[in-house]
Amino acid sequence: MSSVAVATGSNGHEPSYLDYKGKHSGILGWILSTDHKRIGLLYLCALSVFFLVGVTFGFLMRLELISPGRTIMDPQTYNSIFTLHGVIMIFLFVVPGLPAVFGNFFLPILIGAKDVAFPRINLLSWYLYMLGGLLAVISILLPGGPADTGWTFYIPYAVRTNTNVMLALFAAFTLGFSSILTGLNFVTTVHRLRAPGMSWFKMPLSVWSLYATAWVQILATPIIGITLLLVAVERLLGVGIFDPALGGDPVLYQHLFWIYSHPAVYIMILPAMGVVSEIIPVFARRTIFGYKFIAFSSIAIALFGSLVWAHHMFTAGMSNTSQFLFSLLTMLVAIPSAIKVFNWIATLYKGSIELATPMLFVLAFIFLFSIGGLTGVMQGILSVDIQVHDTSFIVAHFHYVMFGGTGFGFFAAMHYWFPKMFGKMYNRKLAKVYFWLLFVGFNVLYFPMFIMGWLGMPRRYYDYLPEFHSYHFISTIGSWILVAGMILMVYNIFKSVLKGTIITDKNPWGGETLEWRIDTPPIHENFIEIPVVETDPYQYKMNEPDFKKVSDN
Amino acid sequence: MQEKDHKVSNSHNYSIYILVWLALMILTTVTVAIAGMDIGRFTVATALVIASVKAFLVLSIFMHLRNEGKTFIIFVIVALFFLGISFILLFSDYSLQAGL
Amino acid sequence: MSTQEHTAAAHVHRDDVGSRMGMWLFLFTELLLFGGLFLLYSVYRFTYADQFHIAAKELNTIVGAFNTAVLLTSSLTMALSIVAIQRNQKLLSIVLQMITILLALFFMVNKYFEWTAKFHHGIYPGSEELLSRQPGEILFFGLYYVMTGLHGLHVLVGMVLIAVMARMTRQGTITHNNYVRLENTGLYWHLVDIIWIFLFPLFYLIT
Repeated sequence: MSSVAVATGSNGHEPSYLDYKGKHSGILGWILSTDHKRIGLLYLCALSVFFLVGVTFGFLMRLELISPGRTIMDPQTYNSIFTLHGVIMIFLFVVPGLPAVFGNFFLPILIGAKDVAFPRINLLSWYLYMLGGLLAVISILLPGGPADTGWTFYIPYAVRTNTNVMLALFAAFTLGFSSILTGLNFVTTVHRLRAPGMSWFKMPLSVWSLYATAWVQILATPIIGITLLLVAVERLLGVGIFDPALGGDPVLYQHLFWIYSHPAVYIMILPAMGVVSEIIPVFARRTIFGYKFIAFSSIAIALFGSLVWAHHMFTAGMSNTSQFLFSLLTMLVAIPSAIKVFNWIATLYKGSIELATPMLFVLAFIFLFSIGGLTGVMQGILSVDIQVHDTSFIVAHFHYVMFGGTGFGFFAAMHYWFPKMFGKMYNRKLAKVYFWLLFVGFNVLYFPMFIMGWLGMPRRYYDYLPEFHSYHFISTIGSWILVAGMILMVYNIFKSVLKGTIITDKNPWGGETLEWRIDTPPIHENFIEIPVVETDPYQYKMNEPDFKKVSDN
Repeated sequence: MQEKDHKVSNSHNYSIYILVWLALMILTTVTVAIAGMDIGRFTVATALVIASVKAFLVLSIFMHLRNEGKTFIIFVIVALFFLGISFILLFSDYSLQAGL
Repeated sequence: MSTQEHTAAAHVHRDDVGSRMGMWLFLFTELLLFGGLFLLYSVYRFTYADQFHIAAKELNTIVGAFNTAVLLTSSLTMALSIVAIQRNQKLLSIVLQMITILLALFFMVNKYFEWTAKFHHGIYPGSEELLSRQPGEILFFGLYYVMTGLHGLHVLVGMVLIAVMARMTRQGTITHNNYVRLENTGLYWHLVDIIWIFLFPLFYLIT
């Protein structure tokens, strides 16, 4: 087990970070706090609101699509709603999500530090996030109406439409800046603030994931920054950079857009994979299988993920050679992800499995992400993609990876780290109920989309042919099951934060990483004294003959 | 504050910076002169090579990269790699296309 | 492995290397921000080589070269200002920082005259004169204004930052024992210079 040379015993005198009184008190003590834990919670509050708004838009979309023709809204509204659903979910939930909430809260603790490298910049990140969210909300409310371009803002429509595209562009730009600052904070933190004895290969795997993610945030985000700025400039000045009439190339816009947005999906999934690597050892009571493989695969995913962007553009009008090249490269990117799945399963094998709620979400992740990932490989095959591009097949694919993957990963993290964050426990029986509602609802909602997409149902279409009706009907029912699960989950989390059973147990799950050595909830500076780390993470006592207890000399 | 990875060097000396500045000025003159000559296809390449040399001088001396240690140098390489690979892969679409 | 200094004061430990590391990471974002524009430029340059060549004739190589020299010199004075503070030559450091700002101002004034001269000839985004030209030329000037404009914005920000540093040096917040802020500002300034090092040949020297 991760041995700690200096005791971090509970200190009855020091208040938890929740009760800590710093320079400011009351609400100012929160919105002016540079404590990474408080900032993590600030993000959690904001994110939850945006997530629920995004869910609502999705729910409304499914209501509209339950039968052909108009159901509850007109086509223009539908276009705006799917745009907003995408913008909110991607830029305000999935991309910031795990790093902003759990990365902020736990990264310093996991490496034995008192905070991140730049605490004030951390707070600035949150302010930028809030500003971006505000701009997005304003874009909905002002005359002109919310953008109807799809979250991808493709040229030429994004330049021509009279909806509030400018606000949406600036919202996304601001959110990108927030993401960049978080990324550079995390990279510096991992390099500079690891506790004595914590070499790179003694770091928990979620730290490796967050580190790889942070690099993608730093390098890829500026590209979309400039791209969005150019669309804004185009709307204002008509420079012509993407306008064919003036010699520009709209496909070039797509290239620039996806040079960020493909790596962005790895920003979305890597931290969730990190969470899976954290949770499995705890609830299988086994050392993680293939630590170095998992660690390096995080770097590999970030690396290869920057080479494949044009597989979003196979039907856009690229050269044949380019299409072949990107299809080939796309095959490569699946390999490190598969390595992770293999290692997770191998960790489960002959483990002592406890099906607590975090573990349920993690197992669901593996199942759902595998489906999502494999269908991604299918789409990477050029001939298949020509058929399924811009159909519901794609929609199903990315929901399986982003929602079944990152979403469920987020829920897993929530249910795993909840006791440590709040010093309370949620209703665990209820959690299992809504887990199943979420899992069943998810599959009923999204699996039909694979089938109907394969059969030709386009995406972003307000209306459809009668032959697709039964699939849409089933899918919408699935959305109701899913939302029922969500409502119960929100209720459980919310109620438990306020009135859950109080626990002071530092280690309710029997985890082996540093967060389970400190007070529940943590004190302001996390550790009474910075620990000295001597062993690898996830060391569980085992009777296996090949089990090696590794310790530093 | 002990910093193992920040090598103390002759960074407290004015002369190296002035020397580098001279080199930059000379290189600028060279690049302007070459632009006046007709070397056809190599125009862009030459200009970019000279610009890269200038950038390298600024990076390693003015920005103290050579004093910072391995980590920072790897960082720069990673960033340049991402930019470079984007260029290369982007051109797979444009250089091999039959017309626009 | 870094050690952390814990002081009784609320202000946390000091880590100059970490501070510079954060700055370098930020500089990468700037590199890639402009990198996106360079990507655009390179594609259009490749597609419209001849028309870019024609359009570039409208730019004054001498002014461009002169501005390049000005900016390179400002990088020198910036670097020297750091040496000065390292050697506890506070006044010299401040003077060098002020000279850097002046050189930057000179650069911006030149830019102003360049741009207004173009406007005077009717060459600006959306103008009748520009739109009557070939696509490659329209794109060349579009990119010219966007790229030099964004660069100019960064020069202005740099000037403000250096002014703040000069004030801090005067006040004694920046000293020969604590000058990482000045170093970081220098890093920013040098990157602005590097971007111009590439902008210059690509816009002024392709005739």
